[in-house]
Amino acid sequence: MWDPIWITVKLAFITTLILLIVGTPIAWWLARSKAWWKEGVAAIVALPIVLPPTVMGFYLLIALGPDSPIGQLTTQIFGRTLPFTFAGIVVGSVIYSMPFVIQPIRNAFDAIGERPLEVAATLRASPIDTFFSVALPLARPGLLTGAVLGFAHTVGEFGVILMIGGNIPGETKVLSVAIYDHVEALEWGQAHILSAGLLVFSFVVILSMMVLEKRLGRRLK
Amino acid sequence: MYQCKRIFCLVVFVFAFTSAVMITPPASAEKVSVAVAANFTATAKNLAQAFTVNTGHEVVLSFGSTGKLFTQIIHGAPFEVFLAADRERPKRAEQEGLTVKGSRFTYAQGKIVLWSRDPNRLNLEGTSLEQSGIIESDAITRLAIANPKTAPYGRAALETLTKLGVYEKVKGKIVQGENVAQTYQFAYTGNAELAIVSLAQAALNTGGSHWVVPRELYAPLDQQAVLLKRGAGNNAANAFMNFLKSNEAAVIIRKLGYTIKQE
Amino acid sequence: MMNNMISSDGIIARFSGSLENFDLSAEFTLPCKGVTALFGRSGCGKTTILRCLAGLSHMEQGFLSVKGHVWQDDKSCMPTHQRPVGFVFQEASLFAHLSVKDNLVFGQKRTVGNGSIIELDETVTLLGLEHLLSRSVHNLSGGERQRIAIGRALLSGPELLLMDEPLAGLDKFSKDEIIPYLDRLFKKLDIPVIFVSHDTEEVERLADNMILMDQGKIIAMGPLSEVLSDPTLYIAKGPRTSSVIDVEIVSFSESDRISEVKVDGGVLQIPGQLGPMGSNHRISIAANDVSLAREKPSETTILNVIPTHILNIHLLEGGRVNLLLSIGHQDKKDGAKFIARITQRSLLKFDFTVGQDIYAQIKSVSMVGGSQTV
Repeated sequence: MWDPIWITVKLAFITTLILLIVGTPIAWWLARSKAWWKEGVAAIVALPIVLPPTVMGFYLLIALGPDSPIGQLTTQIFGRTLPFTFAGIVVGSVIYSMPFVIQPIRNAFDAIGERPLEVAATLRASPIDTFFSVALPLARPGLLTGAVLGFAHTVGEFGVILMIGGNIPGETKVLSVAIYDHVEALEWGQAHILSAGLLVFSFVVILSMMVLEKRLGRRLK
Repeated sequence: MYQCKRIFCLVVFVFAFTSAVMITPPASAEKVSVAVAANFTATAKNLAQAFTVNTGHEVVLSFGSTGKLFTQIIHGAPFEVFLAADRERPKRAEQEGLTVKGSRFTYAQGKIVLWSRDPNRLNLEGTSLEQSGIIESDAITRLAIANPKTAPYGRAALETLTKLGVYEKVKGKIVQGENVAQTYQFAYTGNAELAIVSLAQAALNTGGSHWVVPRELYAPLDQQAVLLKRGAGNNAANAFMNFLKSNEAAVIIRKLGYTIKQE
Repeated sequence: MMNNMISSDGIIARFSGSLENFDLSAEFTLPCKGVTALFGRSGCGKTTILRCLAGLSHMEQGFLSVKGHVWQDDKSCMPTHQRPVGFVFQEASLFAHLSVKDNLVFGQKRTVGNGSIIELDETVTLLGLEHLLSRSVHNLSGGERQRIAIGRALLSGPELLLMDEPLAGLDKFSKDEIIPYLDRLFKKLDIPVIFVSHDTEEVERLADNMILMDQGKIIAMGPLSEVLSDPTLYIAKGPRTSSVIDVEIVSFSESDRISEVKVDGGVLQIPGQLGPMGSNHRISIAANDVSLAREKPSETTILNVIPTHILNIHLLEGGRVNLLLSIGHQDKKDGAKFIARITQRSLLKFDFTVGQDIYAQIKSVSMVGGSQTV
């Protein structure tokens, strides 16, 4: 029973970390760029919100499989393709949870506006300096929301992992898949324990996020 | 010729559909609602067409995993006939008192095959699978089976591996699909070199190579049907149950990769 | 950094082009010290020019050099963060995530080399920020916020201080509170200041030079007193036209509390003790407060009846006339100039002509540059 929980927490943590590191520059670009095609990129980032997880899972299976360039690359480097590995479900989760992290961060960057950045420039801060010493601190509430949503969404993720995980105990069998197995196998007692735990966890996460956001927001307003 | 037949079927279907919807249906034509296990999808569609042509009754098919359909049925889903992929669920429905007594019977038996998308991999040329050593060879990094806990085909796959004496050796290579369709996708996309799936799936696709697992290696995959109480008074439902036992139905079922249990 | 040098130690600027559907064409040269007001109606392009000077906006065709360093030419444009400018925006725009002190030193920390022109302690004292240092930037008054913003800009060691209507967002009370600080700072610092304003009072109190703009073009520039006393310009045509004159205190009579001040070409008497002997001040004379006479009036309650001569006569709409006067009769050159506003009827009646020696009665004089020059 503890294996799936541990894997889930590990997966959510790593996914969130990657998304914060990769997603923040993307969110910054989306908030600042004047390129005409940027909303196209924004739409691609938002796609996982509307795509059924099984569709994404199937495409990931193809995209990461041995026929694809990515699959051939990973085979050359690691000697195997990514599906049915922990790294594989991390890749899936990163893509699947991406909009939930990037969107709030982008909104936070949008909300900062032009002025503080101009002020920083007149105070000798280079664009990169400005990003780290002004934009990031001011976007803290958005970063927090993004991190919490990304974490929570990864914990609750099911369809994509089912498709590319292969349900391997101790490696890719996450909490939601374990619950599903129990339900399907009519082991409702076990399912109840895990489900209730997930329910309580989600509630606590969302509640604490709202409280924290309110506090941080008040401090920055 | 084949085209003509399809168009004919389509015309009949459209006619049946429109007549059912638009025109007041004749007293003899009724509608039956059938819950079908996902692995039987293609076969059920063929059966429904033939049934409609024969009787004029309309068939509404709903597909899903046996477990999900069963859960829906005990919670009052409006199905009249239940075509499961196993014996257990129809039996439990019977125990719950949801079925018409004595209606439960095995309408088909599933067969499993070892499948690879590589057209040569399972080309054994006379040697037995055990001798070839394919399953345990290093060329196989992933072997996909359906989840044995939830899918009957997964259980059969596990049983086969055990009987072949290779289970301990390949345990680390096994990946599980939620159902047999997903398992097939794993192999179809090349992410798993081998998969144990239903013959019905392998039969749908001409590519790849397969090895039909001998019947003695796994307990029969009896797929049972049951007439639900909701359908008791429905002529179409009763007619459909009878049609399933007919020779015409048996031909279709066999053609699409199942066998018929010899009572 | 660009290393282009040209041999001029002032500010040479030339911008033309259009930015967001606004056409601008401006060219000016300024000395590298003193306070220059960029004055004009709203939407005349003042702010755009200021932003171009800071590199916040970019005009395709432009040239800018400051103290010999080329900041922009046809080929290149130095980004804002490499320009040693201080910029004070209309709203203080303090960083919400930093304390007052961290806001103040934000630019100072990033100043390369010995660019410092003022120390933190001195800035804090000059701007009266001692009690605010450890506070967060929330719940400060508008005046306090703007003072911090000014301090923050100064501490970044600018070679040029730009201010975009720094007082426009403040109420009258905060404005009166902040102007003496600015006055003190400007006199203390040896850097050129350019500030945008559309408020005459502000300009009279703070500026030495003035660039007058209208519809994206510069229509006049020069020392403040000259631009303000040019009767042909639109600012001289308004109802509240006034002129400014720099004065030096020469004596103070304890008995009737009257100060005598020296102006170019003569002496004026002003009620009250204005400051120590020898200190410099700026006074403002409203054009409507001046009346004229051909002969020196023998009996009048007005203190200041001074000999002047007429430099220029300018007819206005509505039967009024602006006369540009120079203090002292014709034999005196370079007298201080100011504008008198009379009616056309009086002009005809007294038959005033250019070059004539007359007497001006100045009903009241107001002090604008309140503090002493150190």
